Formats: sequence, structure tokens, C-alpha cells
Amino acid sequence: MIAELGLAALWLAAALAVLQLVAGALSQREGAEELAALVRPAAIVQGFIAAFAFLMLLVLFAQTDLSVKLVAMNSHSDKPMIFKLSGAFGNHEGSMLLWITVMALAGSLIAAVERRLPEKTMLATLAAQAFVGVGFYAFLLLSSNPFERLPEPALEGMGLNPLLQDIGLVFHPPTLYIGYVGLSVAFSFAVGALLTRQVTPDFARAMRPWVLGAWIFLTLGITAGSYWAYYELGWGGWWFWDPVENASLMPWLAATALLHSASVLASRDALRTWTIMLGVVAFSMSMVGTFLVRSGILTSVHAFAVDPERGTFILGLLVIYIGGALLLFGLRAGTVSEGTRFSVTSREGALVFNNVMLTALLGIVLLGTLYPLFTEAFDVRVSVGPPYFNPVGAIFVVPMLMVMAVGPLLRWRKDSISRIRLPLLIIGGATLAALVLISLLTSIAILPLLGLVLAVGLGIGSFMPIRGRKLRLLPIATWGMMVAHFGIAVALFGMASESAFSEETLAAVAIGGSAEVGPWNIVLTEVSPTAGPNWTALEGRLLASYDGAAAIEVNPQSRNFWAPPQETTESALATRWNGQLYAVVGREAGDGRWQLRLWWKPFVTFIWYGGILVALGGVLALIGRVMADLKRRAIKSRGAIRRAETAA
Amino acid sequence: MTTGLKAKHQRLILIVIAVVVLIGAALLAAYALRNQASYFYVPAQMAADPPTVGQAVRLGGMVQEGSLETLADGVTFAFTVGDGEAIVPVRFAGILPDLFIEGSGVVAEGRLNNGGTFVADNLLAKHDENYVPRELQEMTEHQAREVVAETTDTGA
Repeated sequence: MIAELGLAALWLAAALAVLQLVAGALSQREGAEELAALVRPAAIVQGFIAAFAFLMLLVLFAQTDLSVKLVAMNSHSDKPMIFKLSGAFGNHEGSMLLWITVMALAGSLIAAVERRLPEKTMLATLAAQAFVGVGFYAFLLLSSNPFERLPEPALEGMGLNPLLQDIGLVFHPPTLYIGYVGLSVAFSFAVGALLTRQVTPDFARAMRPWVLGAWIFLTLGITAGSYWAYYELGWGGWWFWDPVENASLMPWLAATALLHSASVLASRDALRTWTIMLGVVAFSMSMVGTFLVRSGILTSVHAFAVDPERGTFILGLLVIYIGGALLLFGLRAGTVSEGTRFSVTSREGALVFNNVMLTALLGIVLLGTLYPLFTEAFDVRVSVGPPYFNPVGAIFVVPMLMVMAVGPLLRWRKDSISRIRLPLLIIGGATLAALVLISLLTSIAILPLLGLVLAVGLGIGSFMPIRGRKLRLLPIATWGMMVAHFGIAVALFGMASESAFSEETLAAVAIGGSAEVGPWNIVLTEVSPTAGPNWTALEGRLLASYDGAAAIEVNPQSRNFWAPPQETTESALATRWNGQLYAVVGREAGDGRWQLRLWWKPFVTFIWYGGILVALGGVLALIGRVMADLKRRAIKSRGAIRRAETAA
Repeated sequence: MTTGLKAKHQRLILIVIAVVVLIGAALLAAYALRNQASYFYVPAQMAADPPTVGQAVRLGGMVQEGSLETLADGVTFAFTVGDGEAIVPVRFAGILPDLFIEGSGVVAEGRLNNGGTFVADNLLAKHDENYVPRELQEMTEHQAREVVAETTDTGA
């Protein structure tokens, strides 16, 4: 019954999306007020109904209803409840239902609260949102129905991939999807603005909080995913340039560029077409990512089912939406009039530079990700990894970070370098000092060296806008920018430090024996069996002592799950303020010795602290923007009342 | 940019700069990809036309039954990877992936040394019971069937 309810809700939501599309499109003509009145309610109700369908799927997984194919294929009655629930989106169909639910809810939200734009533009925006939605409803209903019943209920479920049975599955997919799919709002805004020829600062001001919201979640989702891969895979790495990682990075790069260009459009009425273009590109990258991950042309832990039909379906959707939006852009871009001029040395100039660099970076990542698919057409199998992405990316990241450290100091429209000479000297001096000091004290490779030095410069530069201003009067949005930029510096410091100073020890150690890694001394005291709700494990008991201090116990495991039967390596971490000890226990070497793989990673945690700071900066900026908007609206309505009073 | 410049001209200049940078990035990427991409070999290809010693490549095939041995240090493994036509000896120092089993498929990332042994930095085995490294499809029909049979067995 629950499955049928869910399926019915899904069809109903799809029908409402069609209604929203048709009514929104027809209401673009004059004299269609009745149709226009339908659009917002349709959007709002559609969101609730899609959320209801998703709730039904959660219920099915909570009950482990084995008559439903998806549950039987991906769940198991022995699984802990939290993984039963999160397992609902740990598979292809469920994750696509989560995708469409987020998309419908985002549509509901803009329909319910967004009133800053001309109504006609809003209707076009909601129609565009529904247009994209319809395609994904069709995809779900026609080729990936999550509510399909089995002819006969299964006796027991097949279980969930043990790598996914982790708290990471609870946070990573929902946050990432809210970010990924939240960008559909930017896409719809861009299409709506193009259709109604309303590319104005108001449009940018209306779009900006939505992009910020999506971007915050995307940042958190990527940060969480990186940390999850770091401790779960047991490889000690935190970013592998895996195609699915790139699939989340590309929308983030585009959304970051979009945030900055929208801010130029909102404040200065420049970069009109560019902002529209980025709005289209950002969500296009989300869809390209979905295609890469879900079509089965790549294999990874994220690609759940290899089904060519699905791949073709998503590819078709991609061509329609991205192609359609670009066509519309091509037709209309020429009619968008030029924005306001600005000088090269100005806030706009710096932001344009940052935008071009981010876009180039996006191109680099996109080409590197697609290249293996391209060569495969010629029967040549290649893989592209760090030797490509790191140096080529750095060519664009390094100048971008340099401009990022000083850009916020510049004034809008026109400024001069001599006005900001003092802060420039401070930032430049600190950067140079760091360069000299680090290259004298250590002998690290060029990229980590650049990373550390730029992290110092950017870290200091990010708080320079405070100089000469009263702290209490500084807008919250400016604090947001400073915190986010500082977060980038912190993350960069962590990345560079991890890559420059990590130490690794691989050893076979007998019980009672010890190993050294960096400043740590590690004694293996015991390997004993232990058990969890749906696994058994061999657990190593390691006593780790940092630089002769009192030992702490860390317990890496080698787990055996029985449904599905699979072994996983559970790393154990000991976190200090200045880094992490990372321990993995392997197999018995055959002579009573156990394999231990140990890493000491100085300041590695800064990578994720930095990510969290970047997201926090986004939250502050969002609060600042929304408060400023509310204030503006209050002043406007007060003014209207006063005008009405004087008229009376 | 002087104040006399019209908005239209400024837009044109911005577009030209952006296009030049993006084309530059694309050319750079194309050049780097040709040099930095790591090519995939099966044992037969590696025997017939070996890659340059020290060049990062990937080797995919079946871990030969009975070939896996642990060296005296307890953390280095030696085994052979074959595809029915040729066999390549592989050495790997590290912890074997969870699903690394003799007779099953593996993709090894690393480089060939002077002695003709493939030194792996990393081994990719099946991720889970549903996942077979895509490159293993390059192997002969017979082995592909074996892999499929094996993966469907564990799934049932």
C-alpha cells in the first residue's frame, strides 16, 4: 500500500509539474491572469507531494518491505535503523528520487517567498524550473521507478554496500544534492530573465541568496565527502581526482564564479550576460555530473547500476536542457544591453579576473574528466589523475589566489594601487617572509611550497578589509566574505602541509612489537575478534604515543560484513591540534606478524576545517543579504505608506 | 582603460580576454593530457609493446591462481597478472585491498621496472560484489565470462 501511495504521489507531482510548465508558459501572453494564478500554488503543492513520495520510500526502507524490489536489492533486516533509512538514497532510484524531491522543494520555496522580481519573470522562472523537473520525473517514472514491486516478496534483502554503511551516508548525499540541485534555481532564474528580457541588478539580487544557499550546501557536501573518503577507504588520501569527485567540484567552481559575478551585477549593474551564462553553466555542470555518475559510463562506488538505457535517457535530458538554454542564450544575449563600465584596477576588475580563472579551472577539470571517455571512442583506455590536475590546475589557481588576497581591498568602479599600498606591502611582505622561511627550513616540492606561502598571504589578506573601519559597522556580508576567504587559506594550508610533510610507515609487526611514524611511537598490543550488528571484525589494539607523551589507544579494524559478504578496512584516527595519526591494520603476514600501515599527517584536519569555514562565510553572507533585503523592503513599504498618507 | 572607452568596447575587450584565456587553458589541457594521462595495458599488450620503464601506466588482468606470495618483510607482495596470453610479474608494498583474491580481476597502478616487473603503487580490486573495474572488459571473452560468473555468484 505504501509503495503504491508513493508511486501515485510521484505521478501526481509530475502532473503538477506539467501544469506548472504549461500555465507558466501560457501566462507569458497578455490576458492570462487565471492561468498565471495557478503557477505558484502548483509549484508549492508539487514540492510537498514529491517530499511525501520520498517519505514513503523512507517508510518502506524503515519497515524493510521486501516485496519492493529496491528494498530487497539494497537493504537487509539486520541493518541498523540509521543505515536502513540512509540506505533509501544509497542506490540509483532512491538517489534520483532525492534529486527530484530537492528540485521540487526548491521550486516550492521560490514560489512561496520570492516576490522581488516582476511577476512575469517569476512565472517564466517557475515554468523553467518545472520544465527541468518534468524531464527528471519522466526519467524516474519510466526508467528508474523506486516503488516497483517484486512478483513475490524476497525472503531477505541483499544488503547495502558496507562502504556505504557509515554515518557519512547520512550527511554527504543530502547536503551534496541540496547544493547540486539547488543550483537548478539559478538556472531557472537565468532562463526566466532571458525569456522576459529582465537582466537587471534586481534579478541578481533576487538570485544571489538562492545561489548562496545552494553553494553553502555544496561546499559542506564536498567537504563531508572528502573526509568520508579519507577515513573510509583506508588509503590515507583525501582527494583522488576521481570523476565523481570532479563531478561535484565542477558545479562548485561554476557556482563560486556565479556568486561573485552576481555580486558585480547586483552592486554595479555590470557583467550582465556573463552572470546569465554562469547561471546556465552551474546547473548544467550538476546535470553533467549526474550523467557521469549515474549513466554507468564510469565505474565507482557512486555508480550503482550499469544500465545503458538510463545513460541514454539522461544524455537526452542533458542535450535538451543544456542545449536549449544555450540556444536561448545565443538568441537573446545580443539583446541584453551593456552594463556599466569599470576600470581594470577596481573591485569589478579583480572579480572578472577571478571569474575567468575559475572558468578556466572548470574547463581544465572538465576536459580532464571527459578525456578518458573521448579516447575510449578510439579504443584507447587511459586514466587521468594528479599528474595532470595538480600542475595544470595550479597555473590558474596561483594567480587567482594572489588576486583574491588583494581584490576585496579595491573599491568599486575605479581605484588605484597607490591607495592600498600599505596593505599590499603587508600582504606581500608576509608572503615573501613565508617563502624565505619555508624554503630555508625545509626542502619541499614546488606546489606544496606555493600552497603554504599563498595560504599565509591569503590568510592575512582576507582580514585586511577590516583595516581603518569600525568593526561594529562592518556589514555581516563583508564578514562572510572575509571568513570564506580565510577558510580557503586554511584549507589550502592543510592541503599543502599534508602533501609536503606526511610521513608513512608500512611494517609487519608482531604482538608486543612497535613501529615509528613521524613523532609517534606505536605498540601493537593485541589483535582480537569483535562484532557489530551485521559484521564481525579483527580489531587491532595500538598504543600510540606522541613524542614520548602518555599513550592513547587507537583501534583499526578489518571488518567482515555478511550481507552482502564483503571485507572492509576501518581506519583508526588519533587527532591532535597539529595533525592526525592514521592507522590501518591489514592481514596477518603468516608468521604471527600483522601488517600495519601508519601515516602522520601534519595539519591535515585544516582541509576540512577550512571547508567548514568557507561554508560558514556563506551562511554569514546569506544572513547579511537577507537582512539587508528585509530592511530595504521595510523602508520601501514605510515610504509607500507615507506617500499614501500625504496624498490623502 | 581610459574613461573615453564606450561600454560596448569594454564588453568586447572583456570577451576577447576571456576567450583567449579559455582557449589557452584548453590548449594547455590538451597538451598536458597527451603527456600525463596514464595508459591502460593488459598483459598481452605489455608483453608485445611494453611502456617506457618508469612511465606511469595501469595494468589490468586476472591474479593468477597460486602466484601470490608474501616477501620476508611481511608487507611486500609478489604475484602475477595474466590474461590468458601473457603473464606479468607484479610487486606491491602495502595492504592488499579488501577484495583482492587470487583468480579474480585487478587493476594495478604503477610502472614497469628494468627487470620487467610491474611495481604497483596502488591496487584496485572489485569495489563490491556488483563492481568490476571497467578496464577488465578489455580482457578476453572467456575471462570476462569468468568475472561475470564470479560476481553474480557472490551476489546471490
